[in-house]
Amino acid sequence: MITITPEIVAARNLTAGYANNTVWREASFTINRGEFVAIIGPNGAGKTTLFRLILGLQQPVSGNIEIFNAEPRRGNSLIGYVPQRHGIDSETNIESLELVRLAFSGKSWGVSLSGRDREAALGSMKDVGAQELAHRSLSVLSGGELQRIFLAEALVSGPELLLLDEPLSNLDLKREKDLVQLVNTVVRSRNVTALLIAHNINPLLPFLDKVIFIANGKVATGRPEEVLTSESLTALYGVPVEVLRDSRGNVAIVGIEQHHGDE
Amino acid sequence: MNSTTVTNNMAFSVNFVTDLQELFRYPFMQHAIEAGTIVAVIAGIVGYFVVLRRSSFAAHALSHIGFAGAAGAVLFAVSPVYGLLLFTGVGGSAMAVLSPRAAHRDVHIGTVLAFMLGLGVLFISLYAGNSSQTYSILFGQILGIGSSDVLLTLVAGVIILAVVAVVYRPLLFSSLDEDVAEAKGMPTFLLGIVFMLLVAVATSIAVQVVGVLLIFSLMVTPATIAQQLANRPRTAIGISVTIALIATWLGLSVAYYGPPYPVSFYITTLVFSFYLFVRFAYRRVRPLRMYEPTLEET
Repeated sequence: MITITPEIVAARNLTAGYANNTVWREASFTINRGEFVAIIGPNGAGKTTLFRLILGLQQPVSGNIEIFNAEPRRGNSLIGYVPQRHGIDSETNIESLELVRLAFSGKSWGVSLSGRDREAALGSMKDVGAQELAHRSLSVLSGGELQRIFLAEALVSGPELLLLDEPLSNLDLKREKDLVQLVNTVVRSRNVTALLIAHNINPLLPFLDKVIFIANGKVATGRPEEVLTSESLTALYGVPVEVLRDSRGNVAIVGIEQHHGDE
Repeated sequence: MNSTTVTNNMAFSVNFVTDLQELFRYPFMQHAIEAGTIVAVIAGIVGYFVVLRRSSFAAHALSHIGFAGAAGAVLFAVSPVYGLLLFTGVGGSAMAVLSPRAAHRDVHIGTVLAFMLGLGVLFISLYAGNSSQTYSILFGQILGIGSSDVLLTLVAGVIILAVVAVVYRPLLFSSLDEDVAEAKGMPTFLLGIVFMLLVAVATSIAVQVVGVLLIFSLMVTPATIAQQLANRPRTAIGISVTIALIATWLGLSVAYYGPPYPVSFYITTLVFSFYLFVRFAYRRVRPLRMYEPTLEET
């Protein structure tokens, strides 16, 4: 019997980095259709590098990665990408709708004559609850509003895999929660797969199927309750680490001081 | 006669039609209006992308590199515009290749600029002729444009329009969102070179009107004003072209009927007046809300 594998991303002994500088090594994991996955780890651990490998913008040092059962390639229309952004230049006075339209039809040569891209863009903005922002300039939008526009931009071409690089940075707690719920709704209602890079895992925890934890040149993957344990993170970091949980299930990861004799 | 000023100072009448006919009476004015119109349209359009891509330093540098090319052309006794086209084309491509990403491009542009300006100094020192040609390259020579220059300007203008029409959406998207455009497999590197070549050709023909030192007045300022007034690219491009056209036409008319000062002075002054008006009189304070404050900040 032939079964179509549900694997969207499959990594085997994957080592990432540049010629003389490995960022992390020997990662093996699979991500299945419809999963909501968080990528967590300290700054510079190589979280964005994983996205670059998936997008085909960078080649693995060794090992193998498959996206939709094929080699990663640039311009894969099944992937919707929201890069990490440091806000929009306040002088860039461009209508939000225009950005989303261009994400739909920007690859086509010539000037757009049909209204198809406009309809698609308006539909996508409606899906993320941003239709009332359509005619406002990107430069006047708040951080939370901008992230909705960027999500609409990524969704407009109907992707099956979403890559979101630090969409929660610079959002306050309320906006953070709203955006996570929105991404979760998109994942569940469309059965798309989402990989989200974040610094703080707590707002994501109630919704996650998997966690990819990157630290110390190593990668740990699994269900949140498997990865976020003192044992697994101690093995990952190579120094004693304790995972604390509060009454609501929020986690805090703390290093345990090691005392060597008298101080 | 200094080719940047009008010496046939005519009286301005109340009859608009005869005034307009009078403007077209002499071939040098006809050529000036024709070339000025083409240049205003092209500079208004290309300038929009220059401002959107934050590449005004590149436009500035290309015009100065063009000066070196023009000086070289004068030395070899060919029309300056060929030297302009050659040098800005090579210089623009070099800038795009040396620094494919928009960020931190300035130092690479400055490096290419300094080298090519050095060549310009060499050419001027080798050229034993008078300095009036140098002056007109620096500040424009719109009243000295011949019919063959008008034809060349027209051809260059049509080519720019055709290329912009073809690359319009990819160029717009890669200017706005380079990372996503790259991930979508768009030829961002190639588009960067095409953009630089557009600026190179536009600069070369615009130098005839305002000269290398005043290029901003047509290539950057109208587009900057337009971006403050409209957030849809096509509307903004329309406004940018309109401002460049009004400034060029009005500048020529004032120079013809009014005090015979250089046309490029009038054009730059008119554009600057538009800029001041939009920036201060027509002031809409756009709130700077790039980020929501986080809990720690509040």
